[in-house]
Amino acid sequence: MALLEIIDVSRRFGDFTAVDHVSLAIEAGEFFTLLGPSGCGKTTLLRMIAGFDLPDGGRIVLDGKDLADTPPEARPVRTVFQSYALFPHMTVQGNIAFPLKMAGTPAAEAAKKIGEALADVRLEGFNHRFPHELSGGQRQRVAIARALVTHPTVLLLDEPLAALDAKLREQMQIELIDMQKEAGITFIYVTHDQTEALALSHRIAVMNRGRVEQLDEPDRLYGFPKTRFVADFIGTCNLLVGPVTAREAGSVTVEVPDLGAVSVATTSASGAAEGAIAVRPEKVRLGAPGASLAGENRFGGVVESFLYQGDVTLYNVRADRGHLVEALLANSGAGLAKFFEVGDRVEMAFAANAGHYIEG
Amino acid sequence: MAQPRRNWGKWITSGPPLVYLLVFFAVPTLIMVLASFRTPGEFGGLAPLRNEDGSLDLTLESYVRFATEPLYWQIFLKSFWYAIATTLACLVLAYPLAMLIARSDRRYRDLLLLLVILPFWSNFLIRVYAWMIILGPNAAFARVVNGVLGAFGIEPVSLLFSAFAVLVCLVYVHLPFMVLPLYANLEKHDSTLLDAAQDLGANAWQRFWRITFPLSLPGVYAGAALVFIPAFGIFAIPDILGGPNDSLIGNVIKQQFLETRDWPFGSVLSIVLTVLALLIAGFAAWVGKRGVARLAAGDA
Repeated sequence: MALLEIIDVSRRFGDFTAVDHVSLAIEAGEFFTLLGPSGCGKTTLLRMIAGFDLPDGGRIVLDGKDLADTPPEARPVRTVFQSYALFPHMTVQGNIAFPLKMAGTPAAEAAKKIGEALADVRLEGFNHRFPHELSGGQRQRVAIARALVTHPTVLLLDEPLAALDAKLREQMQIELIDMQKEAGITFIYVTHDQTEALALSHRIAVMNRGRVEQLDEPDRLYGFPKTRFVADFIGTCNLLVGPVTAREAGSVTVEVPDLGAVSVATTSASGAAEGAIAVRPEKVRLGAPGASLAGENRFGGVVESFLYQGDVTLYNVRADRGHLVEALLANSGAGLAKFFEVGDRVEMAFAANAGHYIEG
Repeated sequence: MAQPRRNWGKWITSGPPLVYLLVFFAVPTLIMVLASFRTPGEFGGLAPLRNEDGSLDLTLESYVRFATEPLYWQIFLKSFWYAIATTLACLVLAYPLAMLIARSDRRYRDLLLLLVILPFWSNFLIRVYAWMIILGPNAAFARVVNGVLGAFGIEPVSLLFSAFAVLVCLVYVHLPFMVLPLYANLEKHDSTLLDAAQDLGANAWQRFWRITFPLSLPGVYAGAALVFIPAFGIFAIPDILGGPNDSLIGNVIKQQFLETRDWPFGSVLSIVLTVLALLIAGFAAWVGKRGVARLAAGDA
C-alpha cells in the first residue's frame, strides 16, 4: 500500500475548480513532484495535504489513516514554504527548537537533535544568528532543518528554490537529493520549473487546470509525453499537428499543412482522425543543402533566427511551406563558433523514431 | 553651488516645526524649571526675581517641601496605579479588537478603524460629561447594578464620583490610542508565519503566544506609552467624575496653579511628573528588550 493516497480529491473556489478529481498514490521514500503552470492546482493540493485547506470531495489517506479530521498541527507532515517563513524574532536555534518544543521534547534530547539538524544542513555555529543575518541559501537550509528535525513522515516543499539565484539553485538541488536520500523521508515537491522537476524527482505528476495530465518518471515524461500540453510544457518541442493520412502496423503518418507528410513509429492503436507529432529540437538534424542526413523525414528551409547559448545554438528554421521548426545543435564543429548564419539555406531531418505521436 | 541650495531646502521644511517646538515646548519648559526655584508671590504668581538688595531670589524651598511631605509621594503613587490599571485594561480590551480589525476583510478595515476613531469627532469634555449621565443614579446602568446588589442584600452604591467612574472613563478615553498602534503592527504580520507555526505543531494558543504576541511587542510598547503618559497626568476626568479621594497628581498640580496659587511648587510637581513618566517609559522599554532577547534565544 502506498504511504500517501490522494483519492478523487476536488477543491472548488466559487466557480473555479482548483483541483478536479485528482487521484495519486505516493510511495514511502519517494521524491515526488507536482509540476505545472501557476493556477494549475498544485499548491492547493499541497495545502490540502498539509491540512491548511480541506477537500470539497475525496479523501487524503496517510499511512492507512484518513486525515479529514486531523488539523495541520497534528499531521506528521511538515512544509517548507516558498518564503521559508522563518520566525524573525527567533534565532536559528530558536526556529529549529520550535517544533521540538511543541512536541514536548525533553531539553537534553532537543539540544542533541538541534545539533544534528544543524550539522545535516551544514550550519554548525549559526545557532545564535537571526534570520535577517543569513543569506537566502542559509535561510533555505534553516527552513529545511526546522521541518526535518522532528522526522516527519512526509515533507512538503512549495517552490523552495524559487527565490534563489541560478547557481545557488543548482547547488541546492544536489543538496536536496542528498538530504532526501539520507533522511529517507517522502518528499512532495511543488514547482513550475520543469528542469528542476526533471533533475530532482523519482516521479512527476504534470498538472493542468486542476487535473493530472500525466504521471511518469522524468525521462518517460520528456521522451513520451501523452498529451500536447505535457509535450509543450516539459522542455521545448516542435508540435506538428494535422490529419492522420496513413496508418500501418507500428507507424503513423500525419499530413502537417505547412510542412508536409511526417511519419513516425508508434504503438498507439486508436483510429483518431487527427494527431500531433512531438519532436524535440535536439532530435532535429541540420545540414547544408545536399548533405546526406540520416532520418526518414526530410524538409528544406532557411535559418530565420538563432539563439546562441555557448555550448549549443537553437536555430529557428522556416520550412519551405512555412512552418517554423526549432533545432538544437551542439556547437561541435572544430574551429567553428557555430554552423549556420541567418539566411543560410539548410536541410533538416529527423528519424521515424525521433518523433513521438500524440493522439487527438 | 548645488550644496547650499539643498541645505536651504532642508531648513525650509524642517525649520517651522523646529521653531514651533522651541517656542511652545522648550521655552515654556525652561520657564517652568526657572519658576520651580523661585518664591511664590504674596497674592499668587511669583515674587520679583530680584530682592530689594538686588540679589537673585532663587531657592530650593519648593523641592525641600516636596521631598519632606509624604502626601505628594502618595498621590504620585496613586496616579501611577491608576495609569497602570488604565494601560492594562486598554491593552486587554484593545488587543482582540486590533486583531479582529487586522484580520478582517480588507473592505471592512477602513470602516472598522473609522468606528474606533469616531469618538474623536466630539469634544473630550463632552464625552467625559456624557459618562456623568451614563453612570448617574437614575440611569439604567446604575439601577441594574444596584438591583443585582440588592438581590444579594447589599446596600446600593453610587457609581458616579468614585474610583470606578474615573477608571472606566480613563479606559474609554484612551482606548483608541492603544488600538491604533496595535492595529498598525498586527496588520503587517505575515500570515505564512502562523501557517508555519501550525505546520510545526503549534495550537491556536501557542501560535498566539509564541508568534503573534512577541512580534506585536513594538505595537504594545507604543500603545502603552500613548496611554500611560497622558493617563499619569490627567486632571479633567477625576475632577468631573471622581469623588473627594480620587484626586490625582494632575489635580494637585492644577490646584497649585489656580487655587493655592503656589506656582513654584506646582512647577516642582510638574517636573517630577515629567521625569517620572520618562523614567518609567525607559524602564519598560529596557525590560521589554530583555524579554524579546529571551524569546529570541527560544528559551522563554
